[in-house]
Amino acid sequence: MYLQLAWRNIWRNPRRTIVIMTAVVIGVWAMIFLGALMRGVSAQMVKNGIATLTGHIQIHQRGFRNDPVIENSIHEPEMVEALLAQYLSSNALWSSRVRVDAIANNARHTGGVTLVGIDPEREAAISFIAQAVVEGDYLIPGDQYGIIVGQALLDKFETKLGRKLVLMSQDRDRDIASRAFRIGGVFRAEMEATEKQFVFITKEAAQEMLKMGSDISEISILLADYKDAEGVADDLKEVIPADSYEVETWWELLPLVTAVLTMYDWFIYIWYLVIFIAMGFGIVNTILMAVFERIREFGLFRALGMKPLWIVREVLTESFFLLTLGMIIGSGLGLLSVYALADTGIDLSALSEGLEFVGMSRVIYPVIIIKDVVAANLVVLVLGIVVSAYPAIKAARFTPVEAMART
Amino acid sequence: MNIVECRDVQKIYRQGKVEVHALRGVSLSIEKGGFLALAGPSGSGKTTMLNIIGGLDYADAGSISVNGNQIDRMNQTELANLRLHNIGFVFQAYNLIPVLSTMENVEFVMLLQGVLPAERRARATSILDDVGLAGLYHRRPAELSGGQQQRVAVARAIVSNPSIVLADEPTANLDSKSGEGLLEMMREMNETKGVTFIFSTHDRMVMDFARRLVQVRDGLVAEDRVKE
Repeated sequence: MYLQLAWRNIWRNPRRTIVIMTAVVIGVWAMIFLGALMRGVSAQMVKNGIATLTGHIQIHQRGFRNDPVIENSIHEPEMVEALLAQYLSSNALWSSRVRVDAIANNARHTGGVTLVGIDPEREAAISFIAQAVVEGDYLIPGDQYGIIVGQALLDKFETKLGRKLVLMSQDRDRDIASRAFRIGGVFRAEMEATEKQFVFITKEAAQEMLKMGSDISEISILLADYKDAEGVADDLKEVIPADSYEVETWWELLPLVTAVLTMYDWFIYIWYLVIFIAMGFGIVNTILMAVFERIREFGLFRALGMKPLWIVREVLTESFFLLTLGMIIGSGLGLLSVYALADTGIDLSALSEGLEFVGMSRVIYPVIIIKDVVAANLVVLVLGIVVSAYPAIKAARFTPVEAMART
Repeated sequence: MNIVECRDVQKIYRQGKVEVHALRGVSLSIEKGGFLALAGPSGSGKTTMLNIIGGLDYADAGSISVNGNQIDRMNQTELANLRLHNIGFVFQAYNLIPVLSTMENVEFVMLLQGVLPAERRARATSILDDVGLAGLYHRRPAELSGGQQQRVAVARAIVSNPSIVLADEPTANLDSKSGEGLLEMMREMNETKGVTFIFSTHDRMVMDFARRLVQVRDGLVAEDRVKE
């Protein structure tokens, strides 16, 4: 009957109950939906970071990351690749690359780019580039003069498919090496910055142009699950000579992304708290109003022999019902909103240039994490009950005579 | 045997700097099974006396014993326990719980006592039948007349077999016919079940029904008369 009493009491003033429930619904919805958007941004940033040539693990010659010059290339890639073949599981993929800063120019423009020499077949399995070619063709192994450029670079250089693009960079002998390539393919990427930054040629073409022999700049590894990166990297560090090589996970390779992810983790909980504080005032106010309206009734309960603690329990039970109803509806709406945007996402093209600075995509797809939904509901429930304790204790503190004397 | 013993009970209400002496040293013994009315004009102290006997309010001085319990030394929780198991209340304004049905209102005290649902239901049904409310079990208070509501309040007060029922102006909001019916019902319960009834009233009819009449004036017992 306690539950019946609490349930019926919250419907004594349906308008007030609906108003406060709406506040809880909006609060929970905002927590879940905006939390999902933030998670979506995070997931997209990680995905972009990993797919844009990072992979889950990378191996470099020691010193390359601090000073990515040609002298800091991996000189014995066969030895490292043999170790990878021996120690990586069969579903892990890897590809070696040449990666140097270069100058691209044509008759109209000149600009800095990152020249990436790839093994077309292996690279197709581990990074975005093979699927990103939207015009022309992907590179074929052994192609010495083909180049793939981004759509944004193509536009910037006012050129088109089939035209020449000259790349210049410093070779192994510290001389300027240059070679003219023909634009064989154009790629689109999630971020315009990627389209402007990277140009792709075959690894053989890069090694020949830069007089590198069989040297490479890096090996990128893609695992079946990104969560395994740290464990696998630790295993590799055991077998790959640490004095010559650095083995790093995506977490270490993308410090900006990881910093933003860490910040987002905290920001989500701060966001929950901010919403709750706004909602909390409404909850306290409503419960307090309901308590004062029924103060005579609480006096009666006391007169009939209800202990003060039971009155606290009674008021908290009413709060619990209000919060739970709001949480159920708010969570439902939050999940529905995420579901509705699952395919289309939210297009932020208009802001994408600024957002790309931190690796965000043009389109945000919300991502639901059960932990966040549970956390949002727990914040509302636990803090809601805590703030309701104030009016509940107030109701219990009146003596029966005081309470029943109230009109 | 006395069920209530009051010795030199004093109560002062303070409203800012003004002190109102509601009780100035009341001594009163009430025998078990009594049917007694505390009568007097408004502000005489009769309701204060009733509240103090019922443990709803504290006295500023004096000693009060109810059913052998020295209640002036009890804390709020102990008083709540005493009220729950020993005292039934009937109020002038009925004071039923508006969201509960007639049956649930009567069951409520037993719920607080921890009586099992089946027994609660059986006892509530029986007492509602006794007070003439058979068939109205599922009505909410707002769907009952004043007389019917007060009968529910009486049923609620006696269903848990208390030693004493304290009734504060129980007939004040009723017409004379309903009031008389209610008083007859309470007197019958007093006679058949042995429940002690203490009324505070200035209703002549209640005074006529009472077997003992205590007149309170200016916070003192002015007259204490047992009727033949």
